[in-house]
Amino acid sequence: MSATVDPLRIPGRNIRRRRATDRVMGALLAVAAVVAVVPLVLVFAYVLIQGLPALNVPLLTQSPMPAGFPGGGVAPAVGGTLVMVGLGTLLGTPVAVLAGIYIREYAGSRGATAIRFLVDVLAGVPTIAVGLFAYGLVVVPMGTFSAIAGAIALAVIILPIVARVTDEMLGLVPGSVREAAYALGIPPWKTIVRVVLPAAASGIVTGILLGVARIAGETAPLIFTALGNQRVSTSLTEPMDALPLRIWVYATGPYDSWHQQAWAASLLLVGLVLIFSLLTRFVLRRRGPAGR
Amino acid sequence: MTLMTEQTSNALPAADPPAGGPPTASVPTADPPATAAPAAPQAAPIAQAGSSHARTIAVAEHAAVTIEHVAVGVEIEHLNAYYGQHLVLRDITLSVRPNSVTAIIGPSGCGKSTLIRCLNRMHEVTPGARVEGQVRLDGDPIYAPGVDPVVVRQRIGMVFQRPNPFPTMSIFDNVVAGLKLAGIRDRALLEQVAERSLRRAALWDEVHDKLHAPGGALSGGQQQRLCIARAIAVEPEVILMDEPASALDPMSTLRIEELIDALRTSYTIVIVTHNMQQAARVSDRTAFLTVGEDRAGYLVEEGPTAQIFTNPRRRLTEDYISGRFG
Ligand SMILES: Nc1ncnc2c1ncn2[C@@H]1O[C@H](COP(=O)(O)OP(=O)(O)O)[C@@H](O)[C@H]1O
Ligand SMILES: [Mg+2]
Repeated sequence: MSATVDPLRIPGRNIRRRRATDRVMGALLAVAAVVAVVPLVLVFAYVLIQGLPALNVPLLTQSPMPAGFPGGGVAPAVGGTLVMVGLGTLLGTPVAVLAGIYIREYAGSRGATAIRFLVDVLAGVPTIAVGLFAYGLVVVPMGTFSAIAGAIALAVIILPIVARVTDEMLGLVPGSVREAAYALGIPPWKTIVRVVLPAAASGIVTGILLGVARIAGETAPLIFTALGNQRVSTSLTEPMDALPLRIWVYATGPYDSWHQQAWAASLLLVGLVLIFSLLTRFVLRRRGPAGR
Repeated sequence: MTLMTEQTSNALPAADPPAGGPPTASVPTADPPATAAPAAPQAAPIAQAGSSHARTIAVAEHAAVTIEHVAVGVEIEHLNAYYGQHLVLRDITLSVRPNSVTAIIGPSGCGKSTLIRCLNRMHEVTPGARVEGQVRLDGDPIYAPGVDPVVVRQRIGMVFQRPNPFPTMSIFDNVVAGLKLAGIRDRALLEQVAERSLRRAALWDEVHDKLHAPGGALSGGQQQRLCIARAIAVEPEVILMDEPASALDPMSTLRIEELIDALRTSYTIVIVTHNMQQAARVSDRTAFLTVGEDRAGYLVEEGPTAQIFTNPRRRLTEDYISGRFG
């Protein structure tokens, strides 16, 4: 080293040690990031490899064969999942969005804290307990397992997710936007509906789609509500099949053909959720900066 | 939305601005549907049930005939403003004359923004904020029981320090947002109002070929003129501006000042600025506020701008003007 001392460079070991620490920490974080992504890749790869051989048209169009007979499909489960997830979303989302609006815009800071806490508690309730709740609320009075009971259970699960997202997205809309509307003589409720909500819409839509993806994969709340069904059912007051239920039954059953179909059905379910995730991205990108 | 009239009807005889302002030449003819509704000739506009609708019609007439605007005075009477327990404005009494530009100057934190926000009842939007005293708009008390702040704000427009166009709306929709959200759907009328407002805000030439681009895509100075266009599109009687050029470059600032000069014939304008040259350039009258020892802002003096800047009555004002503090 020369005699000239760079004034910006502190001599001694400190700097070397700091750099080493930085490098070690950086490496640790990179490892953690990889560890976080690995399961995703493995799950996808495994389901794809195992499920692809049994994925065919009859799987989508046919009902299950009697136990032990090869062939047949999971059509009732695909239809049932679409129906119950759709209905659950339709039931849960409007209430959730309104609740989110109430928390953010009307509850006042103390009320908001209280309701937020309750909503978080609801989000943390094990989904099997939500299923039990729907069982007591719907199945017992009706005297039968039913699609509507399953949909209600799913609605209860999506509700806190969407309510919280709505609450948070509304909170991200700058106060200056609200003030601009008030200053124009626009009443508060109209400001919320026509100005604030549109500004938060893309975030809320993302939240809804995430919620949909989440309830599409739920098994536990459907076990003693929708129950499952071997046949295609179009009645909301009768038991209905769902992909997670069918996967559960087949995967735990004794037949090889069932195991095959369980994998294929898993692939279907994962694909369905993936499509929803992509849809999320698409909606976000299309609405673009407007949501910010 | 409807209002009680008990309090406001007491104020009715006070039709002319108590400030003894300029002769009210424009009063009889302009804005006929709003004030000359046959069923309620005596009703104070603020308290008129459904008066926003009446004003809407007024806008339609305006668009077609372009009558010269009615500008009205604002009387601030013994106004105290609080944030929670904290008194930030003490006993402000000040009259703002019609068809003039009044500048509010003073050191940072003396309550200029708070004062201007008290004039259209925006102060109370802040949780815990409250007001004592009275403000009269053309004689009508805006802090009377039963007065709807929404109606007050329809008559008093506001431009903020930072441009705040609606992020999800196009330029066109931003300008006519006030009308659209009041339920006006007539496309031709909206287009007419949009063009007229953008022209008055000196923005038309720059945006007429991209009216449907997002408002947020404009430059800061253009956004601020868009916000001015949005404010004047609903034909307010008074326009409040809180340091409208402080976030802008010198060229945009100049344009805003020219714009204020052009608007003074039609509107009563109150502008907060901490740029004293700006106050001297754009305003007819100037009010100087400062902070007392109790940290509450108070009015030191008010008068014609030329006098305040050349020959102030109070020592404090002179010190501030000459840059000795603040
Ligand atoms: N939202 C608020 N909550 C509490 N205090 C506030 C709030 N806004 C302003 N203040 C206080 O009120 C006083 C006046 O503020 P402001 O009206 O913004 O002054 P100016 O516009 O003259 O700089 C200041 O002391 C400021 O700290
Ligand atoms: Mg200010």
